[in-house]
Amino acid sequence: MSEIWVIAEKRGTQIHSSTYELLGKARELAWKRGSSVALALLIQERPTEETFRNLFRGGADRVMIAVDKSFERFDFGPYIRVLKEMVSQRPPEVILAPATTSGRTYMPGLAALLGTGLTADCTGLDIEEGTGNLLQTRPAIGGNIMATIKTPKHRPQMATVRPKTFSPLGEVYRERGEIVDFPVRPELVESPARLLKFDSIGEGEKGVQDAEIIIAGGMGLRRMENMAPIYKLARMINGTVGASRKIVDSKWIGHEAQVGLSGHTVKPKIYIAAGISGAVQHIAGMQTSEFIVAINRDRNAAIFNFADIGLIGDATEILTQLVEAMELEVRK
Amino acid sequence: MRILVLLKQVPDTDEVKLDPENGTMIREGVGTVINPLDLHALESAIRIKESGEHELTVVSMGPPAAEEALREAIAMGADRAVLLTDRKFAGADTWATAKTLSAMIGLEGPYDLILAGEKATDGETGQVGPETGAMLGVPVITYVSRIIEVGEDGIVVEREVEDGRETWKVPYPVLLSVTKNVNEPRLPTLKGKKKARNANIEKMGSEALGLEPSTIGLMGSPTRVVKINTPKLSRQAKLYEGSELIEGIARLKALLKPYLEVNHE
Ligand SMILES: Cc1cc2nc3c(=O)[nH]c(=O)nc-3n(C[C@H](O)[C@H](O)[C@H](O)COP(=O)(O)OP(=O)(O)OC[C@H]3O[C@@H](n4cnc5c(N)ncnc54)[C@H](O)[C@@H]3O)c2cc1C
Ligand SMILES: Cc1cc2nc3c(=O)[nH]c(=O)nc-3n(C[C@H](O)[C@H](O)[C@H](O)COP(=O)(O)OP(=O)(O)OC[C@H]3O[C@@H](n4cnc5c(N)ncnc54)[C@H](O)[C@@H]3O)c2cc1C
Repeated sequence: MSEIWVIAEKRGTQIHSSTYELLGKARELAWKRGSSVALALLIQERPTEETFRNLFRGGADRVMIAVDKSFERFDFGPYIRVLKEMVSQRPPEVILAPATTSGRTYMPGLAALLGTGLTADCTGLDIEEGTGNLLQTRPAIGGNIMATIKTPKHRPQMATVRPKTFSPLGEVYRERGEIVDFPVRPELVESPARLLKFDSIGEGEKGVQDAEIIIAGGMGLRRMENMAPIYKLARMINGTVGASRKIVDSKWIGHEAQVGLSGHTVKPKIYIAAGISGAVQHIAGMQTSEFIVAINRDRNAAIFNFADIGLIGDATEILTQLVEAMELEVRK
Repeated sequence: MRILVLLKQVPDTDEVKLDPENGTMIREGVGTVINPLDLHALESAIRIKESGEHELTVVSMGPPAAEEALREAIAMGADRAVLLTDRKFAGADTWATAKTLSAMIGLEGPYDLILAGEKATDGETGQVGPETGAMLGVPVITYVSRIIEVGEDGIVVEREVEDGRETWKVPYPVLLSVTKNVNEPRLPTLKGKKKARNANIEKMGSEALGLEPSTIGLMGSPTRVVKINTPKLSRQAKLYEGSELIEGIARLKALLKPYLEVNHE
């Protein structure tokens, strides 16, 4: 029976949440298709029993592990050669991986070696009635269109999926499953690339991509000092500060905070856009947020067309009032 | 050293307006430009070229009109430009695009350093760079945010990833894809523009590249776009204005209340 594969994403030796999101989706597709789910994990040391159990609970029937020092940090060559070899031993029907900096790099590499198609940054996956083909839906052209893409004649069908698009399985799938050790031959992981240094961004510093709540500022704040209530609010609710390109270009905040076409795509539970006009390039990065709040002085600002609630007025004043009200709430 | 930059020509997004009715991009009358992110790859290449005895080529697969983008690259500082153009290349997905680009590189190569942009502003997959690298069998480093050292025996670069910054050293040949943080692209000079006007843009079609029709363009593409639809973008915002603003702030407060940190001082 043909399998649906998920390639695990890790941070250090921990499995990243995007892996469980994909397992959840793969499980759902497997039920439809009548196939099973396998997880491939390339990692520097053998995972704990608990990790295996979580993967089975999360939707995997089978876990394939390749253990080698070279997997400590992602390196293109070793990854694509090992994955290619795994695929050739037991070719799957579908391969899914998170659209992270590493997933977006090894998936195209692997697709090139396998001579098959790859759909980028999917936000929807389904099985086509009749043919059983994977229907891959992705936003394109700045999020203004949704394209549905098929890989009708080539196998495996490959897709990367934006983190936070799907949800992990709601219930426990199974407690145990098959564990397969993939022997890593030295020539597969030989690499001319040398990692000289790794500077980690401190724990707790959540990037906009991983944020549950984003409070984003735009030029309507008028001055960098007026960002203060945004930072204050972010601290109170463990939110992350985002930005439009204009304030990044004005050096009020670093590029890592930029949301939009040339910044990050985000999908928080709540997105607050304060003093942001709603240019298409900004919208492209945040329109799939679950709930959008816009604060703008101009009632005709485009951002209101993309918001669930809109507050019309001075952004700094409104935010300051909000922060004061929240502080009262804390003291209660 | 031989340096190659992969350049894509894309619709000028600065000119793109959104149709308020259905949220699609209005493309009529929109010009084309070099993919903005590729300018950073080109700038990196020009800086390296200026630091020693290096030859800088730019290549694009595209319609005859892409010649303009290549001329602009010459105006900025590229030595030569190659346009891969053929009706049979039309409709290529990223696999077929990479196949065509790597055929040119295989024929002309080897190139020591190949640079690509992070992604194109239209297709936005970011796949062409790593696919090309894999087809050529060279190391690939993506999301390069800084070029630290261009040495005799290799290049040292920094890449930005989710959990931090990595510094890598890689010997040549290597393919890098760069982000916009890597540098600020220069503008073409008057002298450059003059040179570009008379420059010869070399053209190659599928036969010159020795490519079978079944491996290029739509025919050679494993993926098929089967449906395009325009999501209804607009949400029905409840607006709070004037005297209702208080109510709006209260609603926002209620929305955020569950997220208040318990041990907030
Ligand atoms: C290729 C390309 C890529 C791009 N990528 C991105 C991207 O990734 N992200 C991005 O954000 N942009 C991007 N842009 C830029 C984008 O087109 C806009 O220029 C930018 O988003 C505008 O930022 P803004 O909304 O902060 O500023 P403005 O457009 O200047 O809007 C300011 C808003 O604040 C409101 N305002 C003014 N005073 C107040 C006040 N006192 N209180 C409340 N509101 C007030 C105004 O009514 C206005 O709506 C890109 C552009 C191009 C061409
Ligand atoms: C709506 C839509 C969705 C699509 N989705 C997919 C998909 O999911 N998978 C897929 O395989 N194809 C897809 N395509 C096709 C894809 O857009 C084309 O193959 C395109 O030629 C290259 O992909 P890109 O624009 O994503 O470039 P990217 O891969 O984002 O470009 C990255 C870099 O590669 C270089 N490069 C890219 N194209 C060229 C070129 N023609 N010449 C020289 N250098 C170049 C540039 O340096 C560029 O910065 C889609 C097309 C459309 C219209």
